[in-house]
Amino acid sequence: MSSIDLKHIARLSRLHLTEQELKFFETQVAQILSFVDKLKEVNVEGVEPTSHPLSLSNVFRDDEGKPSIPIEEFLKNAPRARGRFFEVPKIIEDKSR
Amino acid sequence: MSLSKLTTYQLAELYQKNTLTQKDLLADLSSAIQSKDRDKRQIRAYVNFDSMQPRHRKADKGSKLWGVPVAVKDNICVEGEETTCGSKILKGFISPYNATVIEKLLNAGAIIYGRTNQDEFAFGSSCETSCYGPTRNPRDPQRVPGGSSGGSAACVADHTAIASLGSDTGGSIRQPASFCGVVGMKPTYGRVSRYGLIAFASSLDQIGPITKDVKDNALLLQAIAGYDPKDSTSANLPVPDYLNFLGKDIKGMKVGIPKEYIQSGLNADVKNSLDHAVKILESLGAKSQQISLPHTSHAVNVYYIVAPSEASSNLARFDGVRFGFRDKSAPSLLEMYENTRGQGFGAEVKRRIILGTYSLSSGYYDAYYLKAMKVRTKIKNDFDEAFKKVDVILTPTTPSAAFRLGEKTTNPLEMYLSDIFTISANLAGIPAISLPGGLAPDTQLPLGLQLLGRPFEEGQLYQIAYAFEQATDFHKKLGNVS
Repeated sequence: MSSIDLKHIARLSRLHLTEQELKFFETQVAQILSFVDKLKEVNVEGVEPTSHPLSLSNVFRDDEGKPSIPIEEFLKNAPRARGRFFEVPKIIEDKSR
Repeated sequence: MSLSKLTTYQLAELYQKNTLTQKDLLADLSSAIQSKDRDKRQIRAYVNFDSMQPRHRKADKGSKLWGVPVAVKDNICVEGEETTCGSKILKGFISPYNATVIEKLLNAGAIIYGRTNQDEFAFGSSCETSCYGPTRNPRDPQRVPGGSSGGSAACVADHTAIASLGSDTGGSIRQPASFCGVVGMKPTYGRVSRYGLIAFASSLDQIGPITKDVKDNALLLQAIAGYDPKDSTSANLPVPDYLNFLGKDIKGMKVGIPKEYIQSGLNADVKNSLDHAVKILESLGAKSQQISLPHTSHAVNVYYIVAPSEASSNLARFDGVRFGFRDKSAPSLLEMYENTRGQGFGAEVKRRIILGTYSLSSGYYDAYYLKAMKVRTKIKNDFDEAFKKVDVILTPTTPSAAFRLGEKTTNPLEMYLSDIFTISANLAGIPAISLPGGLAPDTQLPLGLQLLGRPFEEGQLYQIAYAFEQATDFHKKLGNVS
């Protein structure tokens, strides 16, 4: 199995890993992947994938408005909020990547 | 005798006779939880017992769960309560609503009290990865209670709860029920609403009851099962009266033993308890036969692609924007995301996010995720074929009795393999129950038996589990019921 670019995967995951974690995970993740690699032995020609145990297609409901929990209630959980909005660091001038 | 040792139906009798009040019962549970002995053994099934006010609603006193305190796993939302999935990243999150199962329990007259400990985001088989520290097994505090619903199983076994709710994605109800010597049911996928259950792997997760005996389990499932318009994956099917299945005879019932589960390497005590169970069931008139589930050996491999893939997607919502922990010192949005998640998640969660993201990433999707979904079809087909020949399938719940704390924490792969017998039921979506099936002769630790059934045939599982329980007395030997 080819070695994985852990830094790239961490970036895709929006997950900061320390150098120590990177080293630690490199071996473990490789071990786990070589374990799951055993699936290569299984012949799945003509087999449909199962993404879900129930054979559901789309589940629709009527397009009717219903009351939901007020915004103020949800904002109580926000690490930072202003007015009716969640507040985050400045986005527009972010040139870090 | 301590009130906390009673079952829900024993409590109902006392309430009917007006010899018990809710207040006395809660006081009894509370003193049990805070007792010096339990403190010394450091069971710690609860994450914050002191801070949670018991919740209940006016309900008909005739209701079967009236006045029954039910403890809930920390990943099930209770309105006005901190709900954290055992993770630092959700510290401080106060749920603004109730999960559907909580609404149903409250309407049935139950008292919601106590949030139970779990592996962080339900990723684990030992209850050691919680940000609150580990829960210990009441049968032997040097050992793990199993996971991820370790707290929910431990509190029932330790008589600090009457009954509890857990969630099961690959064995997280059944494996701890087995390790702690109690009864745990993973219902059919879609039987119980997942609304308000913080998602781990959405195609595998189910909420289910953990109880002292089979009858209590049936009563609890009765209360929480059924269609919920708020969960589009909940099944719009009628729920039978599960109590009607208890006491029905099992003469002629066909029990399949998968030969792949008993092949070389199976622990001798586990094998003996399985053989013993077969004898008991046959003495009750059931017919056993060997069956084959040829793709069983691939279940763990499939699971460790499917579950982390779904988890990596589900856990994208924990980004520090809307709830829980945020690294407030991060200068940019991107660093806020990365640092919040880097500091908020523990090692096992990070490992699974990495695995899942990798399996889903461009260039690897076909080789991993798509392949796993196709093998999942074959595993499901194995069960469809088997259930043409037999009514239920009997297996051990776990490959061994409870292991020691720290025994498997350094080797994730070894930890993953402790769910080898339970994972297939989630992949196939079928119901499965674990109940006490014996005691390991040298350690006296409980060994669980697992019964798997056809989709939505929980009633039949209760029928055979109850017959087995009545014919043996493991649940009594373990002190579950008096």
